[in-house]
Amino acid sequence: MYNSPKFLNSGDSNFVVELGDRIDVPTNRKVHNLAQWIGQQKMPGVLELIPTYRSLLVSFDPNVTNLETIQEVVLQSDGEYDSPSSPSAVVMIPTLYGGDYGPDIDYVAKNSGMTLDQVIEIHSGTDYMVYMMGFSPGFPYLGGLDSRLATGRLDSPRSSIPAGSVGIADDQTGVYPIASPGGWQLIGRTPVVLFAPETDPPAVINAGDFVRFVPLNSEEEYLEIKEKIETGKFEVNKEQKS
Amino acid sequence: MPVSGAMDSSALRIGNILVGNRDDAAGLEATVIGPTIRFLVDATIAITGGDLGAILDDEPLDLWEVTSVSANSILKFQGPRDGMRSYIAIGGGVQVPVLMGSRSTYIKGEFGGFKGRALREGDILKAFISPGYRNPESFHLVPDSIRNVYGHDHTIRVILGPQDTAFTPEGISTFLSDEYTISIHSDRMGYRLEGPVISHNNGADIISDATSPGSIQVPGDGAPIILLADRGTTGGYTKIATVISPDLRLLAQALPGDKLRFVSVTPEEARAIVLTEEAAITMIQTKVNSSRNKPFALVVNGKTHNVVSAEGEPMTAEFTSISQKRRIEASVGEFNFEIEIHHGEEDVSA
Repeated sequence: MYNSPKFLNSGDSNFVVELGDRIDVPTNRKVHNLAQWIGQQKMPGVLELIPTYRSLLVSFDPNVTNLETIQEVVLQSDGEYDSPSSPSAVVMIPTLYGGDYGPDIDYVAKNSGMTLDQVIEIHSGTDYMVYMMGFSPGFPYLGGLDSRLATGRLDSPRSSIPAGSVGIADDQTGVYPIASPGGWQLIGRTPVVLFAPETDPPAVINAGDFVRFVPLNSEEEYLEIKEKIETGKFEVNKEQKS
Repeated sequence: MPVSGAMDSSALRIGNILVGNRDDAAGLEATVIGPTIRFLVDATIAITGGDLGAILDDEPLDLWEVTSVSANSILKFQGPRDGMRSYIAIGGGVQVPVLMGSRSTYIKGEFGGFKGRALREGDILKAFISPGYRNPESFHLVPDSIRNVYGHDHTIRVILGPQDTAFTPEGISTFLSDEYTISIHSDRMGYRLEGPVISHNNGADIISDATSPGSIQVPGDGAPIILLADRGTTGGYTKIATVISPDLRLLAQALPGDKLRFVSVTPEEARAIVLTEEAAITMIQTKVNSSRNKPFALVVNGKTHNVVSAEGEPMTAEFTSISQKRRIEASVGEFNFEIEIHHGEEDVSA
């Protein structure tokens, strides 16, 4: 982490507040704290805040404010965004591991020298931090995969991975909100609809949240949740991060 | 979630202002080839941005002006003459659902706008009822500084950064002095440029961070990419500079094969340019407003009643909205009132 934030130009209506030069948990948490804190100051002309691994993009209306004004507020606040102003949410993602829903779990287990149960236990046993959103709508960049589970991508990517697929690629784990091609090792799937533009907010998982994969016991449980979702009776469980 | 929306957003905004819409009403973006549209009802339209040869019932249409269109008229485009993207603003605004606060179409995600896709033959669009812009009297409301000829050589003003320090001095000077050509591998996500290689100090990879409209990425091959409306929200390549907002429209109107030269401006200079453009657009809005304020009269069953204040002063009305149920809300001076029109009972117009 830098001793003090760097402010970088990004055109006439945006600038970057850079807090560090590597991907690590404390720097990223501070980015989210800063985003929360700036949001609460309700400075006129601040339009949008986009947190990423180690920096925050601030979007502003140049007719109303400028980089220097916002910069001064941020620099004078030092310390106030060291801790979050409200606790993070842990988003529970019910996941059916293995079988048709996780066709590559056997390979991951073998590659890691573990049993299927061990893979599931380790993968579902961590709260993964959402460093940021990007790549496609609703896609979370998750940190914290246990290194024992790291597995290289498929030699030949699939042309279509179903929406909700949970996978591993090298030392990253993640979940695909919408179908797309990809080379991830698929270990499970969630029936939860992770991105829907007509809902508010449209994404179930947001930057700064934590994600916990909760193992389902059977395909019946999976289909039950799927049906509840389709009839509008399902709500994603979120806890407060302790 | 990519921002999406009009590539030349100031053209659409001005078109909306001209026809009396809110700034953010939905309109149509025609790229190179314009649509053929039959109007099923009377309408008020404005064509802004690029010149794609708009004609209405075989009469050439002026750009940047309001035109009244009668039912059964046909709007056609004969082909690009100048610029690349033409905007059709329709009085009332196109009626499509609001998703995530926007009426725009995000084609890659297949949502938003009209069924999440580009318009096709046979599609029927509805507009909200226009607050009324009878007999447009004013012409040439848009100043020459905005209704310029685009051509094929563009000077694009940029602010250096955020990763300008990742480039060698030669890299920066090449970027700011040489000519770049827009390649055919260009679309609403971004334009890939061909030209002299821009050199890095230490590689082109960065820890992924957020992109801005007009961000200019330079990957390892040294060939710049200008990120635009449908760009991904994050990116892992060094960004040498960002195009200033007022010049994004020049890019929106630039075709593959067009030449670009980049000029560096300071943030203060850029801000002055932004404020000047905003003032010009505000001036258009003011002129439109003053030409819309008419002395207020109610015509009931063919008989005209002028609306006057208690002191006998004729009052001018500003229409604020006309709902689908044909209820007009208007403010006259400090009074706000509503008139409900019952179809068939009385013929009421205002």
